Amino acid sequence: MTAPLLSALQQRFAPYVRSLQEYRGQLTAVIQREGLVAIAQHLKTDPALAFDFLMDLTAVDYLKFGKTQRSAPTLKTPSPLPYYMTPKPVAETWNRQVQHDEQRFDVVYHFFSSHYHHRLRLRVPLAAADPSVPTLTSLWAGANWFEREVYDMFGITFTGHPDLRRLLMYPEFEGHPLRKDYPIDRRQPLLGPNV
Amino acid sequence: MTTTTTPPTIEQAAQARAASGETRHLFLNMGPSHPAMHGIIQLIVELDGEQVRRADVEIGYLHRAFEKDAEAVPYNSVMPYTDRLNYVSPLINNFGFCHAVERLLDITPTERCQYIRVIMSEISRISDHLTCVGASAMEMGAFTVFLYMIKAREWLWELVEAVTGARLTISYGRVGGVKADLPEGFAPRTLKVLEDVRGVLIECDKLLTRNRIFVDRMQDTGVISKERAINYGITGPFLRGCGVALDVRKANPYFVYDRLQFDVPTGAHGDNYDRYLVRMEEMEQSMRLIEQALRQIPAGPLNVDFEGRVLPADLMVDEAKMGRVAGFQQVRVRLDPTLEGTTRGFHGAVNATEKRAVLPPKEDTYGNIEGLMHHFKLIMLGHGIRPPQGEFYSAVEGANGELGFYVVSDGSDRAYRVRCRPPCFTIMSALPELIVGELLSDIIPTFGSINMIGGELDR
Repeated sequence: MTAPLLSALQQRFAPYVRSLQEYRGQLTAVIQREGLVAIAQHLKTDPALAFDFLMDLTAVDYLKFGKTQRSAPTLKTPSPLPYYMTPKPVAETWNRQVQHDEQRFDVVYHFFSSHYHHRLRLRVPLAAADPSVPTLTSLWAGANWFEREVYDMFGITFTGHPDLRRLLMYPEFEGHPLRKDYPIDRRQPLLGPNV
Repeated sequence: MTTTTTPPTIEQAAQARAASGETRHLFLNMGPSHPAMHGIIQLIVELDGEQVRRADVEIGYLHRAFEKDAEAVPYNSVMPYTDRLNYVSPLINNFGFCHAVERLLDITPTERCQYIRVIMSEISRISDHLTCVGASAMEMGAFTVFLYMIKAREWLWELVEAVTGARLTISYGRVGGVKADLPEGFAPRTLKVLEDVRGVLIECDKLLTRNRIFVDRMQDTGVISKERAINYGITGPFLRGCGVALDVRKANPYFVYDRLQFDVPTGAHGDNYDRYLVRMEEMEQSMRLIEQALRQIPAGPLNVDFEGRVLPADLMVDEAKMGRVAGFQQVRVRLDPTLEGTTRGFHGAVNATEKRAVLPPKEDTYGNIEGLMHHFKLIMLGHGIRPPQGEFYSAVEGANGELGFYVVSDGSDRAYRVRCRPPCFTIMSALPELIVGELLSDIIPTFGSINMIGGELDR
C-alpha cells in the first residue's frame, strides 16, 4: 500500500487517528474508538483502499506489557558485595491497582484487500474502566464470531452486537481467561446444565 | 356393552393436524458427539419436516487454551502446541508460527530451509485434502474412496515420519530453521510416493466425480455467493470454490513460493461439488510444487564427507569435561535417532546463522565452552529468544485457508500475546447461512466440505 493513501486517511479522519506506524513491513493505524465505524466503512468502500476482508479481530491486554513474565529477575544496579553475599533479586509482583483511565486493552483489526493484496492493522486502545467498542457486524458478517470470542476471552463488549454470548467457554464460566490478571492455573468446575 | 375407540393411526393424526393447520417445528441436536460429525461440535437445528429453518452452532468443546499457554512458555516451546491446532497438517502451523517470530527477530532462514518448509507444507496440504475429501465421501457412503485416500495419506505420513520422526505431533519447525535436515534419498522416495498418490487420485476421481449419488448430493448444496463468502472472511479452497482466485501463496508470497509455478484453481458455483473439485485440483498443484521444489532445492551437506570419528554423545561430554577437545572440530556426535540430521553440517544448512535464536549444533554444545554458553543463553530461564518489542501478523496458506499468527512481543523470552487465526473459524461462523433452507441430509456434505478441525477452531 502506498503512503499517500494512508496520509489521506489520516487527514480525512484527523481527530480520530492517533498515529500511523510501520514495523517489519506491516502498517498499523492506532485510532480512537469513536472513529472506528466510520474509518472501517471508509476502508471497505474507498476504491483506492478496497479492504474487503476483515481477516482477523482480536484483542491484547497490555496490563503487564514490558514486565517480563516469569523471567529470572536481574539486578538493576551492580552490587558492591561479592556475588555470594549479594541478596538475590526478587521478581516484582504485579498485584497493583489498575487505574480507571489506564489504556489497558487494544482491540486489533486486520484488514486485507483481495484486489490490491495489501493489509492494514487497526488498533483501538480502550480504557480499563470502560472496555467497549462499537460492533462491525453491520459491515462484515464475519465480525460476529470474532467479537463473541473477544468478549468471551477479554470481557470487551461490542455495542450493537446482535448476539453477544460467550463463544468458546460455557455461560457459567467466571472471568475472562485471556486477561493478564486471570491466573493460568486457575481451575473452574465444568458445569453441566443441571448443576 | 362398551364401545372401544381405536386410537388414530399416525397417518390419520397427521391428516387431522394438517386439516387444523397445526404444524410444529422440531428441534434437533446434532452433536456434540455424533457419528457423522467429525469433530466435537453441536448443531441445534430447527426442522420443518426435513427442511432446516434455523440453526445455531455451539463450539468450544475442544478449547485447550492454546493462546494462554503460548504466553506462558518460551517461543520454541510453543511448537508442540501448534502441532495440535490442525492435527492433519501440523507442519503448516509450525512454519506459520516460526515465520511470525522470525519476522519479529528479523531473521531470514536459509534457502534450503525455506525449500524444506515449502515441500513439507505441500505434503501436509495434500494429506489434509485427502482426509477432507475422503471423510466427506465416506459420509455419503463411498467407503472405498475413504480407504483409498487414507492409504495414500499413509504414504505421505511415512514421508513425514522419515523427515520429522513423528506422524502427527511432529514439532518440526524451529525459530530460524527446522529441526533436522532431510534424510538421505528423500527426493526419489518422495517422487515415487507422489506417483502413487496420483494413481490413487485418478482412481478416486473415477469413483466420485461422475458418480450419480455423489454428484446429486454435492451439487447445489451448501451454496454461498462470492460476496457473502468475502463478507464472512472465508478464505482457502472454500472461497476459491466460489470463484475468487485468492491464495496467500500468490497474494503475499512467503518462503520461496514466488519462485515456484502453480495455478490457483477456482470453482464457479460456490457449492460443495465445486469445493470438492478445487481440492482435487489443489492436490495436483501441490504435487507440482513439491516436484519443482525438489529440483530447485540447493544441495545440502549430504555429500559432505566427515571421515572423522563419530563419538557417542555421553562420551563426548565426558571427554570435553576433562578438556580433551583436540580434534573435536572434525568429530561428529552420535545422537538419539530422533535427532538424526541435526549434527554439524546438516545444522548449518537448515538453520539461520543467528545466535539470538538458533541453538548451536550438538557438537559445539558438548565439545566447547562457547557452544555450551550459547546453548545456555537460549535455554535457561530468564534468557532465551528475545525479540524486540513489536507485533507481527504472519499469514500462511493453510490447507483450509489463511492461517494467521499474530504475535506481540514485549521484549521478554515469552510471547506477550499469541493469536491464532484459524482458517475454519470464519467458515464455521457462516455454517447457519449455508444450511438454512436446505434438507437435513445436506448438512453432512456441507459440513464435510468445510473441513472443520476442532483443534484449530476451539484452540
